[in-house]
Parts: sequence; structure tokens; C-alpha cells
Amino acid sequence: MFMFEKALVGGRRYWIWILCLLAVIGLGFLAYLRQLSYGLAITGMSRDVTWGIYIAQFTFMVGVAASAVMVVLPYYLHNYKAFGKVTILGEFLAISAVTMCMLFIFVDMGQPTRVFNVLLYPTPSSLMFWDMISLAGYLLLNAVIALVTLSAERKEIAPPTWIKPVILLSIPWAVSIHTVTAFLYSGLPGRSFWLSAILAPRFLASAFAAGPALLILLCMLIRKLTRYDVGREAIQKLALIVTYAMITNVFLLLTEVFTTFYSRLPEHMAHFQYLFVGLNGHAALVPWMWTSAILALASLALLIVPGTRNSHRILPLTCGIVFLSLWIDKGLALIVGGFIPSPLGAVTEYAPTLPEISITLAIWAIGFLMVTVFYKITLSVREGFAS
Amino acid sequence: MIISRKRFLQVTGVSLLVAAGEKLMGAFSGVVPSEAPAPALTARRWAMVVDLPKCYRKEGCIKCIEACHAAHNVPKFIDHALEVKWIWKDSFENVFPSQENHYLAATFKDKPALAFCNHCDNPPCVRVCPTQATWKREDGIVMMDWHRCIGCRYCMAACPYGSRSFNWTNPRSNIAKLDPDFPTRTKGVVEKCTFCEERLGKGKLPACVEACPEKAMAFGDLDDSHSQVRELLGSRYSIRRKPELGTQPEIFYLV
Repeated sequence: MFMFEKALVGGRRYWIWILCLLAVIGLGFLAYLRQLSYGLAITGMSRDVTWGIYIAQFTFMVGVAASAVMVVLPYYLHNYKAFGKVTILGEFLAISAVTMCMLFIFVDMGQPTRVFNVLLYPTPSSLMFWDMISLAGYLLLNAVIALVTLSAERKEIAPPTWIKPVILLSIPWAVSIHTVTAFLYSGLPGRSFWLSAILAPRFLASAFAAGPALLILLCMLIRKLTRYDVGREAIQKLALIVTYAMITNVFLLLTEVFTTFYSRLPEHMAHFQYLFVGLNGHAALVPWMWTSAILALASLALLIVPGTRNSHRILPLTCGIVFLSLWIDKGLALIVGGFIPSPLGAVTEYAPTLPEISITLAIWAIGFLMVTVFYKITLSVREGFAS
Repeated sequence: MIISRKRFLQVTGVSLLVAAGEKLMGAFSGVVPSEAPAPALTARRWAMVVDLPKCYRKEGCIKCIEACHAAHNVPKFIDHALEVKWIWKDSFENVFPSQENHYLAATFKDKPALAFCNHCDNPPCVRVCPTQATWKREDGIVMMDWHRCIGCRYCMAACPYGSRSFNWTNPRSNIAKLDPDFPTRTKGVVEKCTFCEERLGKGKLPACVEACPEKAMAFGDLDDSHSQVRELLGSRYSIRRKPELGTQPEIFYLV
């Protein structure tokens, strides 16, 4: 396959990492086989909480995928040269994240063998149909862009001119994937937690904080493990993007909280109450939510103060905090919280089961495996280039 | 075994001729089916009216629920999480959150009200289904195709009434008494009340309506101004579940 041979050369440390990932994937695959034969009863989901960690993780990863636009846009649209070494890493991260999204949707399906019914009976009234189109399109766009630009680089020639409009198309497309994903939830009349026009902007803001935070962590890790350095300026610019996105995200969340609690609409308040103080004696997510809130505030302090933002010893910690805070908020609570209480006022709690966690970890491992292989190929091309 | 196209056409052609001949012979010999099927019940817009005070007369009565669940092979799970239900009872406050009233008359307060699919005129579940496995018929019944459903459960998120159930695991082993006249479902698909469209086709009223000892449920054509449902709605005060959502439920409750 295309430049794949470069991923098959690596040291001892590289192969141990790959084998660990494969082991996690193998375990998850076994769990999935059990889920396939026994049914989704193997998960923590229920008649009241019909979507759990799979769909929550899907939602979170769409954000990570969309965030590639935060490096693509400055580099290609504004010709911001400092992102020259990081852009392709962002694109490959997007490809891996979209693949994870598709896998999370797939493992959530009750009848996975019928997945192509979505294509056999295309239904434009369903947002899921549009989500499928936008995700598949985004995957294709990024795959084409990354491969074409990288192979041009390997041949030491300029990329073909036709790729430029494709790249420009990928910018609004990135925004579209997360907007459509938010519309999946925000247009449902009976789910007041999601029934908010601000959901899509909130999704984008949290995505543009979590995604670049992850990218910074990956870049710093690569710098530590290899000779490849994306450059201090690129990392600082990314950190600034995380800062603004995180401020916007917290601001949007607070506007949601204001509307909900000043209007005192009981149906809208109930979900926030469940998440932050508990409802009818049920409070499983309360510690998680406060962790997320405190981490969000802490990260804001660390990001806004220039001294801590510019310190490359503190920045990885800050990025980890941002990522964890948003992962709890979006990758867990946002979806589950929408189902609690149920439309009939029932408070049924949700906690993922061991097989469910194992399947989720396996999909994450697949994502990491893809990122590892892609970055390995990229770095081989570029290091060879340098020498 | 490999069959040529010609041979295939020969075999199928002959089989069809034989089958047609048999039918023809039956028609000539004057054999009629022993039981002429009753004409199907039809309507421009099916609707149901539940008379709550009548329903409350027999405390703890679950005849309608039993009849429905037996007629449709609805499995019974002890675990609340796995529950499948087409029709059930919940407290008045939970079924009608829009009727929030701390000083509600004792006639209704803490009393269980019947809940099932509302067969909305404007069903959110139909709008969101990515495969058209759930759709609205001309006569207003919101139907399900259990062979097309991919089990994404988007309809369950969309339904504001919690009327849909998912088969989290194989339901067949949890059906007390199998009714061979109705299909069972497989794991991984969504199901719900279908207004007994299979019974309507045979000229019968829905199982729950028929089973109610108090005759608390009326079923009929909303477009027919002389139907029983229209007469009840014209003479008594009725409410619907969450009317503010604009879904236009076709289940009315007399209070």
C-alpha cells in the first residue's frame, strides 16, 4: 500500500507500542463478538438511557476530527508558514478521528449487518443521513489531501494545483461535520437538554479546544521521541487557539446555564440538576461534572496567563486538563445527561459495563494505531527529506 | 448443481402453470374458503379516546396491557433496563407533565394513566429514522418495519413520550406464550404499538380496546364526524400528552 512499507520499519519501542495497541484491539474485538451474539443488553444502556458511551465518544471524536481545520485554515488560507510542519499531522489526526467516529456508530447499532439500509433507503429528513454524508465526505477529503501533499513532498515536487480547491472545500466541510452532529440532538422536541440553538456553536468551540490540545500533546510527544520538531511558534499558536476556543466554550456553556436557570423552566433545569447536584437521590455523574468544571476553570487560568501558556513544561499539563475536562463534558455527560430524566420523569442512571469499556478502548486503540502509522510514514518521508 | 437459464425458465414456467391450474380447478369446483374474512376496518384518520375516570373504576386492572402484550408476542423482562412495552401505566403526573398542578383533584392525582404510542400526526420518530423503517400510513398509523430497522435508536431519542422499546437482547426466550399469528422480533430492533393494524385488516378492533372490561377506550375515524371518537371529543373535555410540542397526538384522554 501507499508508503505503508515505511510503517513496518521501527525500533523495539515502536513494536512494543504497536503490540500493546493490537492487544487492546483484540480484547475489544472479543467483547464485540459477545455483544454481537448477546445483544446490546451487554452494555449499561437501558430503555430510558438509549445512547451511552459509544454515541458520546462518537460526538467527542467528531470534534477532534473537525479541529484539523484549525491548522488547515491558517496554513492554506492565510499562508501561515509556521504551521508547515504540523498541518499534515492535523489532517492525519482527523482521518483517524473520523474512522473512530464511524466505528463508534457501528458498534452502537442493534443490527450492524443492516448498516447499508442507510444507503439503500436514503432519507434526507433524517440528520443521521446527513451525518453519514458529511463524515464520509470529510474522511475522503482528508485522505486525498494528506496523501497527495505527502507524496508530492516525497517526490520533492510541488503538489498538483487541483488539490488547492479540495483543501479549501475541506475547511467549511470540517465545520459542517460538527454542526450536523449537533443537529442530530438539537432538533428533538422532547429532549430539552439538547433543544438549544447554541448546541452547534458549543460543539465547535469545545472541538477547537480539545482537538488542538490533543495535537499539541502529540507534537510534544513526537519531539521527545524523534528528531521531528514542529517548531515553538506552531505550538504557541496552537496554544493560543486552545485558549480562545476554551474561553468561548466556557462562555457558551454559561449562557446556556443562564437561560436555563433564569427562565426556571423545570424540564430544562432537571438535566443540569441531575448532572451537577443529583436528582431524586441519583447523583452518579455529579463528581465527574464538578471535576470537569474545576478542570475547565483551572485550564482557563493556565491558558490565559502568558507565563504558564508559554512554558513548555506546564503546557502539556494544561492541554491534558483541557482535554480531560472536555472529554467528561462532551464524551460522557452531554449525551447521557440528555436522557436523564426520561420524558416521563424517570431517573434511570447509566454506567458503562466492562465489555462496553473494552470495546470503547479498542476503538481508541485503533485510532492511536492509525495515528502512529500515519505519523511514522510522515516522519519517515520528512526525515529522509532532511537527510 | 448448475442450472442453465433455459432450464430455469422451463422449470419455473411449468411450476407456475401447475399452480395456476390448481387455483382454476378450485374456482370451478365451487370450493369457497370455510370462513369469509370480515371486511377490513378502514379510516381516513385513526384515533383513540381513553376515558380516564372509566379506566380508574377497576383499580389495578391491566387487562388491556395483558391482551396487547399477548397478541403481539411482547417479551417480559424482569430487568427494568431491558423492558419492552407497547402499552403501560404510569402516574398521571408523569404521563401529563404539561398538566403540572400541585392541587390536582384526587380523582387523578397519583392515579396511573395509560401510555402508548400517540401515532402523532407530526411524528418526530418518523422524521429522524435514517432508513424509513418507521413511517406514517395514510390512515395515520405510525408503523414499524422490523426487518429494515438498523437499531440505531434515534427514534427512541426523538420520541417525546417514551413510547418506543428496544430489544436489547433476544426477546424470543422471554415470551410467556407464543402467538403464532404474530411475528416475534429479533434482538437489536425497536418496536412499539401499531394500533393493531393486523387486527384492523381482519375487521377487528385493537386488542386493548376489545379487552377493556369498562369499555374505557374508543377507537375510530377522526375524520368522520359521526364516529364514536368524534362524538366523545365533541361532548367531553379532553387532553393530550405534551400538546405544546406540536406533534399532534391522536390519543385523546377524557378527564
